[in-house]
Amino acid sequence: MSTKYTKDHEWVRLEGEAVTVGITKHAAEQLGDVVFVELPEVGKSFRQNQDMAVVESVKAASDVYAPIAGEILEVNAAIVDEPATVNAEPENAAWFVKIKPSDLSQLDGLLDEAAYAQVVAGEQ
Amino acid sequence: MRYLPLSEQDRQKMLTVVGAAQIDDLFADVPSDALDPEIDLPLHAGELEVERSLGSMAARNRTAGEGAFFLGAGAYKHHVPATVDHIIQRSEFLTSYTPYQPEIAQGTLQYLFEFQSQVAALTGMEVANASMYDGSTACAEAALMARRITKKTRVVLSGGLHPHYAAVTRTNSELVGDDVVIADPDIAGDEDIIALIDDETSCVVVQNPDVFGHIRDLQPIADAAHEKGALLVAVFTEAVSLGAIKSPGAMGADIVVGEGQSIGNALNFGGPYVGLFATRIKYLRQAPGRLCGETVDADGRRGFVLTLSTREQHIRRDKATSNICTNSGLCALAFTVHMTLLGEVGLRRMATLNHEKALKTARALKVIPGVEVLNKTFFNEFTIRIPKNSQTVIDALADEGVIAGAPGARLWPDHPALENIIIVAATECTTDADINALTSALTEELN
Amino acid sequence: MAMNAQGRPSAANENISTPMVETFTGNRALVIEESLIFEKEAFAQTGVDLPEPEGLEDALGGLERAEPIGLPGLSEPETMRHFVRLSQKNYAIDMGPFPLGSCTMKHNPRLNEKMARLPGFSDVHPLQPTSTVQGALQVVHALAHWLKEMTGMPAVAMSPKAGAHGELCGMMSVRAAIEARGESETRRRVLAPESAHGTNPATAVQCGFTVDHIPADETGRVDLAALKEKLGPDVAAIMVTNPNTCGLFERDIRAIADAVHEAGGYFYCDGANFNAIACKARPGDLGVDAMHINLHKTFSTPHGGGGPGSGPTVLSAALSPYAPVPYVVERDGAYELVERLDQAAADGTHADSFGRMTAFHGQMGMFVRALSYMMSHGRDGVKQAAEDAVLNANYVQTRLRAEMTSTFDGYCMHEALFDDRFLKDTGVETIDFAKAMIDEGYHPMTMYFPLVVKGAMLIEPTESESKEELDRFCDALLSLARRAKSGDASAFKASPVHAPRRRLDETGAARKPVLRWRPELTRAAAE
Repeated sequence: MSTKYTKDHEWVRLEGEAVTVGITKHAAEQLGDVVFVELPEVGKSFRQNQDMAVVESVKAASDVYAPIAGEILEVNAAIVDEPATVNAEPENAAWFVKIKPSDLSQLDGLLDEAAYAQVVAGEQ
Repeated sequence: MRYLPLSEQDRQKMLTVVGAAQIDDLFADVPSDALDPEIDLPLHAGELEVERSLGSMAARNRTAGEGAFFLGAGAYKHHVPATVDHIIQRSEFLTSYTPYQPEIAQGTLQYLFEFQSQVAALTGMEVANASMYDGSTACAEAALMARRITKKTRVVLSGGLHPHYAAVTRTNSELVGDDVVIADPDIAGDEDIIALIDDETSCVVVQNPDVFGHIRDLQPIADAAHEKGALLVAVFTEAVSLGAIKSPGAMGADIVVGEGQSIGNALNFGGPYVGLFATRIKYLRQAPGRLCGETVDADGRRGFVLTLSTREQHIRRDKATSNICTNSGLCALAFTVHMTLLGEVGLRRMATLNHEKALKTARALKVIPGVEVLNKTFFNEFTIRIPKNSQTVIDALADEGVIAGAPGARLWPDHPALENIIIVAATECTTDADINALTSALTEELN
Repeated sequence: MAMNAQGRPSAANENISTPMVETFTGNRALVIEESLIFEKEAFAQTGVDLPEPEGLEDALGGLERAEPIGLPGLSEPETMRHFVRLSQKNYAIDMGPFPLGSCTMKHNPRLNEKMARLPGFSDVHPLQPTSTVQGALQVVHALAHWLKEMTGMPAVAMSPKAGAHGELCGMMSVRAAIEARGESETRRRVLAPESAHGTNPATAVQCGFTVDHIPADETGRVDLAALKEKLGPDVAAIMVTNPNTCGLFERDIRAIADAVHEAGGYFYCDGANFNAIACKARPGDLGVDAMHINLHKTFSTPHGGGGPGSGPTVLSAALSPYAPVPYVVERDGAYELVERLDQAAADGTHADSFGRMTAFHGQMGMFVRALSYMMSHGRDGVKQAAEDAVLNANYVQTRLRAEMTSTFDGYCMHEALFDDRFLKDTGVETIDFAKAMIDEGYHPMTMYFPLVVKGAMLIEPTESESKEELDRFCDALLSLARRAKSGDASAFKASPVHAPRRRLDETGAARKPVLRWRPELTRAAAE
């Protein structure tokens, strides 16, 4: 499936049973140099739009929301150790979490690439 | 008006530049009937008049330095070297702002880094922040921090915690919905705080030496707390004690808070003081207050900056670890300068002197008929029991020129059992003559 | 992910070459490099002469400190030199304008310092019998009187230790009042503008409330109609700064107060900007229920590199019963300290006190300084100071509008707000502009605050600046603006070059925090 987006600047990709989530390139640029990432515990469940992770630069802190309800299957410990990866490769190597979705249909409510591009354009 | 540089001519010229006919054009948004109200206060006054006026108020107070003085219980009369006050009055320290522009605030930042290093060493902890308002508010913040870390909501306060610290902590913790348990004060020093720790407990808050002066081994309390998933918050009100007693960090504390007034700062009738706050590095992200960290500048030179600010209110806003904004910068500087002069050698000696003065005071008091010294252990403060109401005795002795200590009747109005105790403190400032004055006045009063 | 970018990290730029010739020592004339006290190999020295202990048997119960502490000690001349060298790396009000908007960096009179150091104030213990501290209680009482008169409010809580602590005091009073009304379960929402100081939402949350935003209108003020829509039976209070953080007076303030009161909520006014209206207008005449006063802003007590502050909080009749203990009352010329809740209940002044906020009675040292300032200025001088502060800000605003973009039209109060539109397409950002000011000998203005304004620059000159100083300052900023527009971005990016340090790597500091001296590093360097 193609990548989907949220208006809160997360990207979402369905890969097999799991949904991989990260923050967009635009978000990483807006934040500036990322210095800290806090990820949820594996096994924890979240509602859609519930805050599940934190990403911080020197002068900004942002919550990362669960784009889809489900249980955390895996987290990317590498970005906790090297937060700079979030700036370098936000949309691939620096994924945040993999979620086992409880309701896949929630994906349909997310934005496609073009719609997300409009969100970004609207902010500028 | 000596603080205002603009002349009447300047004002007119400037009004012309801004295009206003008169000053109140600039206040046009203020509802007109509220503008320039009648205010029943005096007109401006010269330095001489102000000095006279404030001087007469100052003269009505009995100072700690003018005679026998044995009052502690959270604030202590120590000698502060003259160098300290000179340095904190330098323009560049006194009249600077929070070091948000590090390129032109390295002076403040470096001393904050030194302050943090000194506090961490003193408390035996891994990290310390750049100070809090005072010991009591630092204590309240520690309980809130423990709540964030453990996600539990029951705060257990030792009965040996200074009652004002307990009150401040309760006020703050109950606001966020915590259940606050305060153990009954145990003047004998045998409190079983461990029995109060349960699975819901976020932290147990224990003062050492406790408010009665007893020295406690915190390790068993730390072990018991950790077993239940709770944190040990260790509190001190007398920073000098850390020069003589095993550090709270070495006894298993997770958060250490205390009052730093004793080092470098005057009594000031209760403030400003400087709250010390130290913790383990794994809890750093949940700590309140400013932190100063080391880094390099564009030329690779070492420098210091405020860091990890995303915890703080100016960035995190409603999700901040605390609403705290100011620290006690200048009081922290006073602490750091005094501690730099002392060094480990001086601090240890100062602590020993404090302890010896207290030993001698206790020895002199316990032979007075009717006086019972309750402590087996103490540092520079201990508790006596007398056969009369403590407030009455303290007031009577004050009339004789002796400030004999802190009366239990004032600190624990709700505990009649503590009505007859007095907490007595001695420091390096205490003389043999002071001890004699105390013993003879007390002997006479109890006779 | 919610975006909440506020300012930008000023990471070090490794590509910028050093424009100056280095010295052999690293010193630069009067700016002398200074190591940490921990690096001076002074762990066995001391700079105090204390008597020899007698060697009495201790009563420490076997818990004496056996482990080393690790505190260096320096002799008096070394100590003096260390801290004087450090001081010379700081900018200060006594050196020049410190135009931090919202921070109010005004002159700190030395008479204040002298008065605070009178032994009758500095060498007095908070728990002395009240008969021995009548003069100290008189100071608290006198300052309270001045504050109540100036604000037109019936009560003031003196114990808050700083502005944010005062906010906490005010909002705790609100919370207590709501509890007394039996509405603590239903009134949980607090409204504050997005332009508010960060302490406002943080305080509300610390009091167990949730925070919702009050929208602003196009003139930079509270949008009254939108506010009314947000009000309801679940609103505990609004928190509004006035003059607001854009430097503007909320001209609808009475309508705002009325709307909140009608909805059953309270009006907390952030008093950070009270200096603009002190003795010109009284919050008590405008419908305010609680307001903290930063003695270190309005009443000239020193900022001291970040504190100590002091935040007495004035309260309306509706909130006065809930004020914290302790407080001072006067009876027949004698001053008493009410410390206990049962005393407070009996006394009736603050009958339903929410309790205690701090160990003792507040920032006495700051009270003396503030009172010294107030007595010096009097009601006429305080008013003149407010007028001069507003005039100075408008003068700066008018002059700088020649090259810089002012966010709102019209007059401002005590601070002038600019944004970064004048820097559009120059490659220079607000932070670069600010850092270039450092090289010109000025402390930068407040940047990126209020958050609602892009690239905000908030300039507060205060009444302490002479016209001559303001003209020099404006000339410097105008030439910087012209230079930015002329396409000299790289110079801005490299600035400052004349400060004791160039831009510091804040990113590195946050990624790998070093928060204390680490003996192992020094050892490694030595090997």
